[in-house]
Amino acid sequence: MTKHKMVVVGAGPAGLAAALEASKNGIDDIIILERDKYLGGILPQCIHNGFGLEYFGEELTGPEYADRFMRDIDQAGIEVLTETMVLNINQDKLITALNKTKGVLKIKAETIILAMGCRERTREKIQIPGDRPAGILSAGTAQRYTNIEGFIPGKEVMILGSGDIGLIMARRMKLEGADVKAVLEIMPFSSGLVRNKVQCLDDFDIPLKLQHTITRIEGKKRLKRVEISKVDKDFNPIKGTQKWINCDTLLLSVGLIPENELSKAMNLKLHPATGGVYVNENRETELKGVYACGNVLHVHDLVDWVSEEAEIAGRSAAEYLNKNQEKRDLPIKITPNKNLTYTVPQKIEYKFKDKKFIKIYLRVEKPMENVKIVFSHNEKSMLSYDKKIVMPGEMVTVNLPVALIKNNMEEIKLSIVEKVGEKNGRT
Amino acid sequence: MMRIIIIGAGVIGTAIARELSRYEIDIVLLEKTADVANGTSKANSGIIHAGYNADFDTLKGKLNVKSNPVFDKLCADLKVPFKRIGSYVVGFNEQDLKELKKKKENGEKNGLDDLEIIGQKQLISQEPNINKKAKYALYAPGAAIISPYELTIAYANNAVINGVQLLLNTEVNDLISDDGQIKGVKTNQGEIKGDFVINAAGLYSDKIARMAEDNFKIKPRKGEYHLFDKEYGDLVNHILFPMPTKKSKGILVLPTVHGNILIGPNANTIDDKDDLSTTSKGLNKVLNGAKRLIPEIPEKGVITSFSGLRAALSSEDFHIDFSENLVGLINIIGIQSPGLSSAPAISDMVVEMFKNYSLRENYELQLKKDFKEKNSKLPHYYEYEDKGKLDDWQKIVEKHEDYGEIICRCEHVSRGEIIDAINAPVPAQTIDAIKRRTRASSGRCQAGFCGPRLLQILADQLNIDPLEVSKKGSGSQILRARSKQLILEKIKEDKRAGDQ
Repeated sequence: MTKHKMVVVGAGPAGLAAALEASKNGIDDIIILERDKYLGGILPQCIHNGFGLEYFGEELTGPEYADRFMRDIDQAGIEVLTETMVLNINQDKLITALNKTKGVLKIKAETIILAMGCRERTREKIQIPGDRPAGILSAGTAQRYTNIEGFIPGKEVMILGSGDIGLIMARRMKLEGADVKAVLEIMPFSSGLVRNKVQCLDDFDIPLKLQHTITRIEGKKRLKRVEISKVDKDFNPIKGTQKWINCDTLLLSVGLIPENELSKAMNLKLHPATGGVYVNENRETELKGVYACGNVLHVHDLVDWVSEEAEIAGRSAAEYLNKNQEKRDLPIKITPNKNLTYTVPQKIEYKFKDKKFIKIYLRVEKPMENVKIVFSHNEKSMLSYDKKIVMPGEMVTVNLPVALIKNNMEEIKLSIVEKVGEKNGRT
Repeated sequence: MMRIIIIGAGVIGTAIARELSRYEIDIVLLEKTADVANGTSKANSGIIHAGYNADFDTLKGKLNVKSNPVFDKLCADLKVPFKRIGSYVVGFNEQDLKELKKKKENGEKNGLDDLEIIGQKQLISQEPNINKKAKYALYAPGAAIISPYELTIAYANNAVINGVQLLLNTEVNDLISDDGQIKGVKTNQGEIKGDFVINAAGLYSDKIARMAEDNFKIKPRKGEYHLFDKEYGDLVNHILFPMPTKKSKGILVLPTVHGNILIGPNANTIDDKDDLSTTSKGLNKVLNGAKRLIPEIPEKGVITSFSGLRAALSSEDFHIDFSENLVGLINIIGIQSPGLSSAPAISDMVVEMFKNYSLRENYELQLKKDFKEKNSKLPHYYEYEDKGKLDDWQKIVEKHEDYGEIICRCEHVSRGEIIDAINAPVPAQTIDAIKRRTRASSGRCQAGFCGPRLLQILADQLNIDPLEVSKKGSGSQILRARSKQLILEKIKEDKRAGDQ
């Protein structure tokens, strides 16, 4: 068994940023465990641009974004074990991992950063009936085949789900010469970033069919065709709207699931809306000294915000190791109210010291225009922010100034309301 | 030497091949698909029934009861996961109780002496999640769970190490006969001469029989299933049956040998013997059926849904007999539930029939001196993990580093295990074949992570182009082209069009 002050599980953007930040804050005994051959998580296969605008102030591709962190990790001398799969973590922070060179590794950690990222939802999760042929892949797997392995999964492509990876892959397959027939989205709005919808579909004349889904799959060996249907407001297929479309490939971009099997092994409870663990403002979980950040905590749209969140976790873990933290007398619950699906963090637990703001990440239930995001305590508004447009595909962040937080507060509620008298005239 | 041709490498064909391989004879096992266990044997409930259900005067009833006790040793020898966990048939009212008593009597006539009818209190103590309206249950301690495809693969591996020649991707198109005596088969790979043919072609056994003008009609009966994440593995502890109907044993809830929960099947007679599609209607029916037994079925926990086909005859019994028209042909037809449970007794019966036949033909059968009764045990990380024996796994990794690289993150399968499967006596040559042998890609992410990795390992080990790697044999290739290939083809095409 070996011992380390900090073990980071996962060398994606979250793990790298958290480790770097801890290192900058004086922690010299950090080890990162990564299951893949290379660092960067999903970034190396994201060869499109659009990364780094917020964090670096310039536009980068995925590999470029990852590269900046990889160099810094190298310079900081942080130890990294690749091709190492963490298989279990217990509540005493004892980690079991496996790799080729050392075999079974047992590592006792003083702090752990959970940065396992997320996985894609499958056909089975959304239960499309029909045959089970080759040619049905998650969009991310198709992206790996195309951008890392150098192979094209298909020639006539349908895409189900307008998540960002689906949109990016629609364009990527088109650029590779495939016939991309359509992107279907069961909701009445695209679930990806607006810029992706414009740059990946509109610019390439790929139709987006809202309120449509796939109701049957046909093809005994390789996919032959799919039946698409329009859905009603409860997402049930409308009879008589079925249409068969020939295709040899179906890419699924139907959502991401934080990969929390290790968190569950530690008996950490999962939040029903985020699919991640519960955390305080430091991204510390219910188990002291264990932190979570990035897509394993909640699915982000922008890697820039993953890096930012991971730095909070890395810095806080360093403070924990340096015994430089003080708890509040009472924790404050942060509760999402009307029209919000969740907030991260879910509570505030420590004294602020030199912090001026607590940044709250949140997601809305449905697209809305001209809204106010309101912080309230005991039904009294503390502060509000105006937003022109909010939508579920784009995470919102708002700052809560610590000056407004009083010692006796137990709960702060967040809600989103349409501004009265300024209703949009659209019908 | 006499040559026997067995058509079909499902559980019946492979069991017969293995039992016949005890003797000094030449055996060829033909399978039309890319792997063994690719028909009914791969998609069913995976139960070794106790034997109270089939009527005592049917062949089914006799063979099931005879087979059941054999499985403990068989599975230990062949290294097949098997658990004798017992079953409950669940009754809700006094009418059901009457039926349960009848089942118990029938089971006793079949020779079972450990059946028991229990009341609600005892049932709830054994199955805390059961519908609280359930009042009675027939308990059969001898019922067991097994992995049906792993049993078939193990039978096939054992047959092959004992000299059976397995030909995959080999489809029988006709029988060859001379003067009423079988002489061989015609296949898509050419003619194969043989002195004796055993038709174990499952869903297509009627088609093979008709080549000898033996008239049978298999009516495929589809059953759909849902498989749940291991997270819910302790939902039930036994095999739970509802009250059976004439056509089927109803929609069951049971744990699998790998710790998942399985529910299903429904029963629908269809025409197409290759139709393994699922339907939303069927899948809903399965869910609702299972809820009658376990109201709190975690619908969100489904990781995959699939269907299987039962090879049913209208008699609803097994037919195992010599051909009426050709000498040297045995037809095995209508092997539906409890066919898996009866496989050992069916193979014994067929071996006896063949022995009698060879006696009549004055052919002296001799036992092989070096018959290998046991399969070697291949290491699986998840088994060491479950038993907390990671120190032992460490030794395995020290011997070969491939066992230290996890390829399937959901089921914790190492590269070494996958390479073992590809190089086994019956080699895994497709993604699905690897899945059935190692569990890689059968977990919650359904190959999202390991898919590209498995494809590369298969291409490397089989020394083929990655473009040729398939999900389940020819025509089901995973990839269609190399990067830029489509673009280059398009440019060429446009140029040609321009030139014209």
